[in-house]
Amino acid sequence: MAIEVKNIVKKFGAFAALDGVDLKVANGELLALLGPSGSGKTTLLRIIAGLDWPDAGEVSFDGENALARGAGERQVGFVFQHYALFRHMTVFENVAFGLRVQPRAVRKNEASIRARVKELLDLVQLDWLSNRYPSQLSGGQRQRIALARALAIEPRILLLDEPFGALDAKVRKELRQWLRSLHSEIHVTSIFVTHDQEEALEVANRVVVMDKGRIEQIGTPGEVYDHPATAFVHGFIGESIVLAVDISDGRVRLGGKTLDIAADGAPPGASKLFVRRHDMQIGPAGSGALEGEVRRVRSFGPIQRAEIALAAGECATVIEIDAPRDRELQTGDIIGLQPRRYRIFAAQD
Amino acid sequence: MNAAQFSSSSARDDLRTEPRLIRFLIIAIAVIFLTVFVVLPLVVVFAQAFSKGVGAYFTALSDPEALSAIRLTLMVAAISVGLNLVFGLVAAWAIAKFDFRGKTFLISLIDLPFSVSPVISGLVFVLLFGAQGFWGPWLQSHNVHVLFAVPGIALATIFVTFPFVARALIPLMQEQGTQEEEAAISLGASGLQTFFRVTLPNIKWGVLYGVLLCNARAMGEFGAVSVVSGHIRGETNTMPLLVEILYNEYQFVSSFAIASLLAMLALITLVVKTILERHLDEG
Repeated sequence: MAIEVKNIVKKFGAFAALDGVDLKVANGELLALLGPSGSGKTTLLRIIAGLDWPDAGEVSFDGENALARGAGERQVGFVFQHYALFRHMTVFENVAFGLRVQPRAVRKNEASIRARVKELLDLVQLDWLSNRYPSQLSGGQRQRIALARALAIEPRILLLDEPFGALDAKVRKELRQWLRSLHSEIHVTSIFVTHDQEEALEVANRVVVMDKGRIEQIGTPGEVYDHPATAFVHGFIGESIVLAVDISDGRVRLGGKTLDIAADGAPPGASKLFVRRHDMQIGPAGSGALEGEVRRVRSFGPIQRAEIALAAGECATVIEIDAPRDRELQTGDIIGLQPRRYRIFAAQD
Repeated sequence: MNAAQFSSSSARDDLRTEPRLIRFLIIAIAVIFLTVFVVLPLVVVFAQAFSKGVGAYFTALSDPEALSAIRLTLMVAAISVGLNLVFGLVAAWAIAKFDFRGKTFLISLIDLPFSVSPVISGLVFVLLFGAQGFWGPWLQSHNVHVLFAVPGIALATIFVTFPFVARALIPLMQEQGTQEEEAAISLGASGLQTFFRVTLPNIKWGVLYGVLLCNARAMGEFGAVSVVSGHIRGETNTMPLLVEILYNEYQFVSSFAIASLLAMLALITLVVKTILERHLDEG
């Protein structure tokens, strides 16, 4: 099912949770809504589900107006961050709920309900838990049951609100891969909300980056990581070094000193230079656009992470870089730094 | 070495708790206090009720006046518990699941009967429904009897007992939030299905707890009912009112026999309350 969201506005009092959001989701996609808390991503998900209503704008499923239907009529599977399993029902009854509340005319008979629930519990590999109560399950098990329950109604769209937010790191990793493979198996259009960039980049086909009720960028994980459209996206996804620079006459100045890098057509004025930590090339003193003194080095795995005090004019900033371990750094070394890849965005404030 | 460890650990024990004498004194004070103020009166009620033998006890209870009082009390309790159950559920639902203006005001309003003296509560109904009251003349001209009749007693009891169910449910429902209901709705359940299959099972122990306390108070209410009842013998006397009347007429056995029924109600309430609290803690 394709989803189209047009110019959605949602206000809570004076606070605009969503401020004109447009989004198209293709059939069968696995999309991530990524953003910090308060960016409006959960509100957007709840509006698509019918659990919240927009103040203005349109939502359509395959061209058909979804706002004319209540949450129960949209055939949307919703998975809550804190599972929201029915605490007084067994796992089996939780999964069966959506089938049991169907209108009498379309409701399946008991035998086929049982068969369907069994099938879903097998799909999430938790058939052996069917007589337990939610309070007797681990977080990861609860989340998978919540997913099985949402799938029971054969949803046309699957919506997941921070599905792994309440789980510990290891379970989270496992469930991520599991969700990916589940999606390639059942291929239902899915949107999940997360504030964890790694999760979004690893699981989704496409990532929607949101901030302050607006969409900052939509793209594949590669696109949003390698070609961030805005300063916010560059700062939010991946670790970046940010330097306050000034652009004039097509030159980049840092604290009064002109840097030996191209301005790439950035407009004149106060700007921000973004460089990925691993995109800083290290050389001998005097070799790069920047120079600094190594303050601290921590080595782990294939990289060494160094804190470097820049000596660029009056701008005394400490930055952190990731360098390969082919050239071991020592505290006190004076080194040259050259940004291999960088982006310049106009300073917003 | 070992001995030294033992002695040091037992010394620490003594430091951690109060000296034995003080522990004993505190417990003794609590026990004596409870005996004098709770156990003794209960024993006296039953001792007086059976002071002329079991036969006299049952004769007193089968007196027509006593039977009428028991019947009236049960009826008033049934009416007020039933209505307050509905009211309490609705109020708790509104407060816990929705945000609206004046919510805090509504919560304080629910508590009002707890902070008003029962006698005042009764008087309010006299002022509203009495012959010189607000609606009194209109009711009289339509031949409707509220005051000094069952409706008045029921109204006063409902007023006095209405916080119980709502109070038991509001914190419970607030804690549970709305996520399970939202899940049910998104799975296609109707409003009624959601209420009966999800909300009600989640709060059933809280409902029973509120009903129990509401019932105990409804049956035991004296002040408010005394003001609106009119004390018509065999007609508008509830059990607590009859206890007082009989006592004032020096019919101690009859008086304490009925009092013993109320005392038993209290004991049963206490036991059931303990059981319910255990279920509530388990969630």
